[in-house]
Amino acid sequence: MLELKNISFGADSDGKKVEIVRDISLTVPDNKFVVITGPNGGGKSTLAKIIAGIERNTAGSIIFNGEDITEKSITERARLGIGFAFQQPVRFKGLTVLDLLRIAAGRPIKMDAACEYLSEVGLCAKDYINREVNASLSGGELKRIEIATVLARDVKLALFDEPEAGIDLWSFNNLIRIFEKLRESDKERTIVVISHQERILNIADEIIVLADGRVEKQGSKDEILPEIIGTKYAAGECYKLTEGVKGNA
Amino acid sequence: MDAVQLQLMREVADLHDVPEGAYNFRANGESVGRNSTANIDITSKTEGSGIDIRIKPGTKNESVHIPVVLSESGLKETVYNDFYIGEDCDVLIVAGCGIDNCGKQDSEHDGIHRFYVGKNSRVRYVEKHYGSGNGDGKRILNPVTEVYMEEGSSMEMEMVQIKGVDSTERATIAELKKDAKLVVRERLMTHGSQNAVSTYKVSLNEDGSSADVVSRSVARDSSYQKFDACIIGNAACSGHTECDSIIMDKGRILALPALEANNVDAALVHEAAIGKIAGEQLIKLMTLGLTEAEAEEQIINGFLK
Repeated sequence: MLELKNISFGADSDGKKVEIVRDISLTVPDNKFVVITGPNGGGKSTLAKIIAGIERNTAGSIIFNGEDITEKSITERARLGIGFAFQQPVRFKGLTVLDLLRIAAGRPIKMDAACEYLSEVGLCAKDYINREVNASLSGGELKRIEIATVLARDVKLALFDEPEAGIDLWSFNNLIRIFEKLRESDKERTIVVISHQERILNIADEIIVLADGRVEKQGSKDEILPEIIGTKYAAGECYKLTEGVKGNA
Repeated sequence: MDAVQLQLMREVADLHDVPEGAYNFRANGESVGRNSTANIDITSKTEGSGIDIRIKPGTKNESVHIPVVLSESGLKETVYNDFYIGEDCDVLIVAGCGIDNCGKQDSEHDGIHRFYVGKNSRVRYVEKHYGSGNGDGKRILNPVTEVYMEEGSSMEMEMVQIKGVDSTERATIAELKKDAKLVVRERLMTHGSQNAVSTYKVSLNEDGSSADVVSRSVARDSSYQKFDACIIGNAACSGHTECDSIIMDKGRILALPALEANNVDAALVHEAAIGKIAGEQLIKLMTLGLTEAEAEEQIINGFLK
């Protein structure tokens, strides 16, 4: 179980202190699929990074499976079973997909095990396993490899920061399928996804709405989704386009 | 050979045993083993130090190993090795030098390699440099490589220096005739207060010739590197040079990729990039459970692979 207690995070912007996360307290129960949504700039990504240790909260504490991890490093949190998939996956000159999966698994996994993780994210393993994780891969391919690295770690808590960002519609449909599969998997794993996408919200057990650095709503999908559907918190794929059309009308 | 020399052999030539094919082993200034084959003849130079390697026309899928090791402190040598590769050959040449210096005096090996690559021949050349030993004496390697390529020939050169060499000044020149193709892959890591200079001058003299010279390097601690590669296009040719470097600690790198076009149909490109390891790369690997130091090693190993 993950508990956030009175988490705040401030940053300096043009000499002014800006509060991005304001006194957030919430609990993410085990083995649930939780989606955090809310308007841009509401503090979602920052909160996910605080959980992974990439950003340090300026106040409050984080309890993971009964242990206070507030002062623990990124590495220590990773070793306790927290995984993080970046919104913009990082490229590496020279490191191959297999290298990354082996690092992720933390042991010298065999080729076929590595291939299995790639199949799970819908990539044909033999085409990718020896490719470098460099600029030759498309945004959608990188995103799926990023997700595969989190799967390879066998984590207890997997955080996905806007997995839909920066990919085309075709890749998006595949991505939804990956999350649906993750959702159905019987692995004991809590999944937290930062997303605006209705189709991802639709497979959530729980939805948390963050706005202006605060929790605006939290509850089951059945409770929350009807309230936010059609708003900017839960967009269909063409939300921006339809908004544009409305704006022009 | 003693244990230190055998270890050096393993590092520079991946040799665990006597190789198949032609070879010449040089240890502390003397030839300690040699084998010529029906197609590859190795002879000592009559004047000066070094060997001539003559490869008969049409020799295919054969190899020559000519590693050099120095384990005596204070030894300085200049060796001339000339390779005469006949027409229509396809051969692998493995060179390399390992120096173990536990003493106070500098040890230095300057290998001057000249390749005359015959028409339509293919050569793969691998050269590794390695230094070990904890003496105050420096480990110095100043290789000179000259490549003269006939029509339709190709040469792929892999030059690696990852550890332990205190000072290197490498000079490579190449002259290419019609449709000849040269590919160079250099990998270099310097640490401590090491100094490494690598200079290339590749002349594409006839139509259809091409060169691709790529260096990847890492400069750590307070080491210094200079990469100076010039491709000269004198005909309808294509040339590319690239220097990609990671800089760490107080390392310094000077990259000077240069092009000279003397013909309107010469297509030449150069690229150079120097930068530290991106913070986000470290963070990504740390979220996979590595410490910062482990993440750094993985990134460097991948980069220099």
